[in-house]
Amino acid sequence: MRNRSNAEWLSDLSGINQSEAIEDLRRVLKRGLIYALSSRIPIDLESQVDDFVQDAILRILDKMDTFRGESKFTTWAQKVAVRVAFTEMRRQRWKDISLEDLLPEDSGDFTPLVLSDPSPDPERRAVQSQLLEIIGSMLSEDLTERQRTALLAIMHGGMPLDEVARRMDTNRNALYKLLHDARKQMRNRLIEKGLTPQDVLAVFENE
Amino acid sequence: MKLSSETIRKMMNSVKSTRDQELTCGHCHDELDHFIEMRLAGKNAEEAMPLVQEHLDRCAGCREEYEVLLEAIQAMIT
Repeated sequence: MRNRSNAEWLSDLSGINQSEAIEDLRRVLKRGLIYALSSRIPIDLESQVDDFVQDAILRILDKMDTFRGESKFTTWAQKVAVRVAFTEMRRQRWKDISLEDLLPEDSGDFTPLVLSDPSPDPERRAVQSQLLEIIGSMLSEDLTERQRTALLAIMHGGMPLDEVARRMDTNRNALYKLLHDARKQMRNRLIEKGLTPQDVLAVFENE
Repeated sequence: MKLSSETIRKMMNSVKSTRDQELTCGHCHDELDHFIEMRLAGKNAEEAMPLVQEHLDRCAGCREEYEVLLEAIQAMIT
């Protein structure tokens, strides 16, 4: 495979050398993904990577005009391929799980908020209860239902942001902004109470 | 509602790392190829692009993609 400058990649992928350039790009992307995903995909690695690369090449050809030239073209293309791969892997991993499956029991009821693993130390348990009251009121009063649902699906359920976004009929950026607003609200409420996140963390750290 | 200490800690860590100005996942992704090449060139990408580094520290999904991309690029150039 010949080395290409960024300009040559762009011209070859859209000109008469397209077939050869696509095959070269396929080899580059496949090599990178096989290496980087080998520990995450235990079965059928090569055939899954082939599918990711095929989808990525279509995406790259479609989005080539957004390449800003701030990196090598192949680095940018690999970035697109990694995004394609993770989108599909996450979709597969979470396909049978709804948001409701991930929310805690009684997730509409924040009073009282209870700790599933309270401290054995009575004094510490009392401080935890006081803080849980504040956290419960933050969740129920300061956040919208969408913010609460997304926050709990991610923090409690461990679902990736893009999968939560899909289930909430939004996109990853919009959901990030929604959660950014939620975090700012929670930070402000703590400040009003004369607390910092570090204060709370100290009370809920591993004993 | 019952929550674990771990969930409370995750929430508080996310609040602790909150800044008024943050990159979204999309903006972080836009910068990621440049960020990685700076790192591979031995430059101080974290200092040059602190908002990208902060987003990667905060967002598990973007961090996972970044780590895999870094490995993939290293495999491409070796």
